[in-house]
Amino acid sequence: MGTITKLLESLLSGLSLGSIYALIALGYTMVYGIAKMLNFAHGDIIMAGAFSIIVFTATCGLPPIVAILLGIVFCMLLGVTVEFLAYRPLRKASPLAVLITAIGVSYLLQNVAQLLFGTSDTEFPISVGNSALALGSVSVKYSVLLTVAVTGAIMIILTLFISKSRTGKAMRAVSEDKDAAELMGINVNRTISVTFAIGSALAAVAGLFYGMAYHYVGATTGAMPGIKAFVAAVFGGIGSIPGAMLGGILLGIIEKLAQTYISTELSDAIVFGVLILVLIVKPTGLLGKKISEKV
Amino acid sequence: MNRSVERTPMVEVPSNAIIPERDLGKMPVLDIRHLGIDFGGLTAVDDFNLTVGRTEIAGLIGPNGAGKTTVFNMLTNVYQPTRGSILVDGNATQGKSTDQVVKMGIARTFQNIRLFGSMSVMDNVKIGMHTHIRYNLFDSIFHTPRYHKGEKLSRARVLELLDVFGMADMANHVAGSLPYGAQRRLEIVRALATEPKIILLDEPAAGMNPSETAELMNNIRTMRDEFKISVMLIEHDMNLVMGICEGICVLNYGRIIAKGTPEEIMSNPEVIEAYLGKKGA
Amino acid sequence: MKLKKATVNKLITYLMVIGMFTAIYILNEGGYLSRQLQKMLVPICINIILAISLNITVGFLGELTLGHAAFMSVGAYSGCLFSIAMKETLPMAARFPLAMLVGGLVAAVFGILVGIPVLRLRGDYLAIVTLAFGEIIRNVILNIDFFGGASGLKGTPRDSTFLIAAIVVLITMFVAMNLQSSRHGRAIMAIRDNRIAAESAGINLTYYKLLAFVLAAFFAGVAGVLYGHNLASITPDKFDYNRSIEILVVVVLGGLGSVRGAIIAAIIMYILPEYLRFMKDYRMLIYSIVLILMMLLNSSPAAIAIKTRIREALSGVFKKSKKTAINGKGGSEA
Repeated sequence: MGTITKLLESLLSGLSLGSIYALIALGYTMVYGIAKMLNFAHGDIIMAGAFSIIVFTATCGLPPIVAILLGIVFCMLLGVTVEFLAYRPLRKASPLAVLITAIGVSYLLQNVAQLLFGTSDTEFPISVGNSALALGSVSVKYSVLLTVAVTGAIMIILTLFISKSRTGKAMRAVSEDKDAAELMGINVNRTISVTFAIGSALAAVAGLFYGMAYHYVGATTGAMPGIKAFVAAVFGGIGSIPGAMLGGILLGIIEKLAQTYISTELSDAIVFGVLILVLIVKPTGLLGKKISEKV
Repeated sequence: MNRSVERTPMVEVPSNAIIPERDLGKMPVLDIRHLGIDFGGLTAVDDFNLTVGRTEIAGLIGPNGAGKTTVFNMLTNVYQPTRGSILVDGNATQGKSTDQVVKMGIARTFQNIRLFGSMSVMDNVKIGMHTHIRYNLFDSIFHTPRYHKGEKLSRARVLELLDVFGMADMANHVAGSLPYGAQRRLEIVRALATEPKIILLDEPAAGMNPSETAELMNNIRTMRDEFKISVMLIEHDMNLVMGICEGICVLNYGRIIAKGTPEEIMSNPEVIEAYLGKKGA
Repeated sequence: MKLKKATVNKLITYLMVIGMFTAIYILNEGGYLSRQLQKMLVPICINIILAISLNITVGFLGELTLGHAAFMSVGAYSGCLFSIAMKETLPMAARFPLAMLVGGLVAAVFGILVGIPVLRLRGDYLAIVTLAFGEIIRNVILNIDFFGGASGLKGTPRDSTFLIAAIVVLITMFVAMNLQSSRHGRAIMAIRDNRIAAESAGINLTYYKLLAFVLAAFFAGVAGVLYGHNLASITPDKFDYNRSIEILVVVVLGGLGSVRGAIIAAIIMYILPEYLRFMKDYRMLIYSIVLILMMLLNSSPAAIAIKTRIREALSGVFKKSKKTAINGKGGSEA
């Protein structure tokens, strides 16, 4: 295999992995921007999404596309419910209290999944197969193409939604200043619920792609991609939507390049090392706003 | 204190002094030259020149947004000035960190109160004394006799300082639960505890009622007389400014528009215009 | 003599811990403890040390860190390697304290390394960087054959006993509580309460932030050495971010900055899952629900308001009864 081919292929698989990270990171960053909280349980929504798709296809026997849509709806309901029961009562509590609660929710989701589906992994029923498209000497798996294309489309829709729609504007207003937004007649609780719903829907899509890429899903499946996406969101500048996209995709590419050219085992260490370097140089991430405290 | 002793005929008249006839000793405590700062291309303060003499109480006034607090932030290196120099007793503060500037002798309070809210009044002032409590990390961890001695001395000193502002009986209160006026005074005591040469007070009377303000004026004078320190204060309450400041400097749009005694400032047409707008406009 | 409130508080904590340790020690020597409980003694002590040490960064300094287990692993590996190398040369009485010192110091050096970005980062950015540091350290240890890789480091002498662990707990408490009431501790807490005001009081942020990180890392390292010498074999997966989060949960539940709270929470949070074993598969489920409920009850403004109202109502009743008692007494005298 030629060096160029090798590079292109690892870039493409990095782009695909990065798309999954970006989808999850978007959820992290939107929730952070609006509710100013780190939703540690966000990664587990991916797992919930993947499992719900499994249930709707394998158990209920629904066609894949219906199962996927139902899975997305399920995750949206789950995200909104979690926010309502666990986070809303803590809206005015210390950020640390909310973080610990989110950790509790993460444990809860993982343990419920373990009770329902057991400790061993479950096979993911939806797949586009291993067939690949040959572009010259480079072969691209259809799953990779699908992931990148769908993620790209979602990002365009999301960007338009946030910049153009009424709800999107309300979301931006709430993230700037919750109290002022409330005075302007924006329903803050509803806006936060919508944000959780969108974030969870994106996580469900990430769950679908994860399942398609790795073929098996377990109760703790969401944990590591969740952490990586969290890193991606911070990398890009937490609270910034383009930052989450950029951070996610860069993280995926760095991870795949490190695996190809340096070491598979050390790729995580390299990814985290790059994050630390970036933050030391740019403390609020690549596209993060500079926060200056008024004295 | 006999003020006439201090107002003996001048030895030397630094051009920046607010009150030229005042005896500034050999060297002013604070000597600010051509100080300026830009924020993203926007000039917030420019060509700020001022000297503050020993035990002088100087006032810095001006409309909202004139750059008064920005001057304080530059004096304490919370913001690094873009231009100019600041000398404290002849030593330049350039390139120093905020805590080093404090050690050089500039202490301050904040417009939006910044206390250590979860700690006692006693501990708040002890933190102000931080650099003057003499025991090391080993003493801290093992509570050696030196630790006990240091704590005992600092405790006595804190009570002494609190007493100047009539707060000695509040030593064990939690700082965050104090009434507003007391919080402002506690900030001054904490700044005083750093043993400064000059203390910068950012709107010390904000939110106080007239009787509290009158008491604060007495407190500030007593503090100056007892500790022989200079005071520079930002304040909107003109009764306080005209009542205790010996020299006043007026800032508008980041530039000094007038300097002088309270009487001179009150009759200065430019100042009146800055505050009240153009006549007939 | 009237004792200061802080001194009384400290005394209560010492009496509580010493009393508890003595009782357990006597029960253990007398053979009254079940095997299950015996096995839990050293791990509980380790959890207490970890919680107190993390409290120095999260509770005293007020910086959220998610990489505490990494300091523990660095301490564990260096202390265990020391003990393995010195197995034949030194007697246990000299080897083990030295191993703890080595583990603590190596961890402290890593504390400085991690502390440096702390100087530039705050809040959630710092949290993610400490998490990243922890994962890097775990990843690197996992891939160095010298450390035994994924199958772990074996052959460490089983030197940890309850007595030794209890003594280390007392030392950790001593240092943390003494620090709290010293000028160094005050400086660290001042940074937590108001960074800018602390700087304007002459406090060198760099020095005190690093100090907090180094002290916390040192004791986490010592806890790691105890851990390694309790199990005789250590694997990198025991020190992942989940472990760091477990310690953080203990610190938050115990109350930020409270040494006594950290001790109580460390004990409860260790024993709780162990005693929920009878619930089998539902064990961790119950644990997570309990965790969420505890946070909601402790931190939600609504729950706090209800608690204050109940307390006020109770104290009102109490005062009333006191008043009647006095009146009654007065009446009988008249």
